[in-house]
Amino acid sequence: MEAHPSIPFDAVSDDQLHALVDGHLGDAQRRAIEARLALDPRAAATGEAWRRQRDALGDLHAAVLHEPVPAPLAAVARQASGAREQLAQWWRWGGMAAGVVLAFGLGWATHGRYGAEPSAQAAGTPLAAAAGNARDFAHQAMVAHAVYVPEVRHPVEVLAAQQEHLVQWLSKRLNHPLKVPNLSVQGYELVGGRLLPGEAGARAQFMFQNAAGERITLYLGALKSPASGTPAPVPLPDRRETAFSFTSEGPVPGFYWVDQGFGYALAGNLSREKLMAIAQAVYQQL
Amino acid sequence: MQSQALVEHIPRLRRYARALTGDAWAADDLVQDTLERACGKWRLWVVGSNLRAWLFTLMHNLFANQLRRSAQQMRAGLQVDLDDVGHELAAPAGAHEVALDLQRCLMRLPEDQRAVLLLVTLEDMPYAEVAGVLRIPVGTVMSRLSRARSRLRELMDGAAPAQPRVSDAPARAQDAGPVLRRLK
Repeated sequence: MEAHPSIPFDAVSDDQLHALVDGHLGDAQRRAIEARLALDPRAAATGEAWRRQRDALGDLHAAVLHEPVPAPLAAVARQASGAREQLAQWWRWGGMAAGVVLAFGLGWATHGRYGAEPSAQAAGTPLAAAAGNARDFAHQAMVAHAVYVPEVRHPVEVLAAQQEHLVQWLSKRLNHPLKVPNLSVQGYELVGGRLLPGEAGARAQFMFQNAAGERITLYLGALKSPASGTPAPVPLPDRRETAFSFTSEGPVPGFYWVDQGFGYALAGNLSREKLMAIAQAVYQQL
Repeated sequence: MQSQALVEHIPRLRRYARALTGDAWAADDLVQDTLERACGKWRLWVVGSNLRAWLFTLMHNLFANQLRRSAQQMRAGLQVDLDDVGHELAAPAGAHEVALDLQRCLMRLPEDQRAVLLLVTLEDMPYAEVAGVLRIPVGTVMSRLSRARSRLRELMDGAAPAQPRVSDAPARAQDAGPVLRRLK
């Protein structure tokens, strides 16, 4: 916005004041306006108030600029350069975290699968591909478990206290109505949840904890459709379902299953029997 | 490299969204929606054109849609009272009441005025760019800016002393007491 210094001697206009306060004037224009303000105390006071406002607004939430970018936001941004790069990043991260878990002696016997290209086994027949997808999904769930369960201060993004918000938010992100199972009979209470990047869009992780502080996680999300390579918007009621499967290949054991193209994985450092009982409780409630 | 450019804009988008919505959660939701939209429409962005302006335009379209959608909820009285979420507006340790008051006063401006004011001040955008982002004439930008600044001045004058000084703190505290203590 250009202000005209040649305007006849009269009150300084709002537009001129804005341009002055916002630093959009050249030197000559600025001096001309300032000279007129010297004779116009009212406009000068307004300009001064606006300048203070601008300074205060400039400081508002400035701390946010120096915060690390939240992982989910960075993940979305990375999608722009291709899902493969994002996935590779996620796997490197998962491998790193798993290494930390190992170092702390949480008892993961390595199976040497980290670093493997996840799509390598998703070849072959569509059925084999679907099974491969489910296995990859389960593996990502176990890695996510290993990454976040040891977190003391930020195990979840949204705490259980805001359960309604949590469920709404994650349902929106996953484009799928979610429900948090009640596992109090099994001795577990909800800690909260978080959003994670997945191969075919967003994934959600709910974390539960028992009185002894032991944590289990439930990981959910759409599976990549073997045919199209993208999640089916409306999952067909076809064979994209799997029975309960047990896996001990990841950093922690877990059960996983697929229901109408939507995957579920329950992970925890528990015996197979205990995990099975909880997984069944989850399945019945969802 | 394009995604890198996108990542570099995230802190500013988050800060602006925080000031616009007055809520950390809503802000990050809005930023996430914006980034998703940007990824979906990535090919529509002309390389070399103003990425920031494009991102803010996407964000404002989404924000406007959200407002339309939530208008009914608000009418139904579900709107969160700002005083109830006041604690969420606080920046991390060290932020003082001035910033809190400022955000509260901002929330009392109509959204269209708030957006103009924040783009001009927080983002230091030229008026013509603001007009482009909000898809309104420059003249409208200027008139909204005038209304926003005048209104915010009134609100801030009513909310707290502009420059509290230690010397007259007791008298000031008494004056400002009811207003400041509304944040439970």
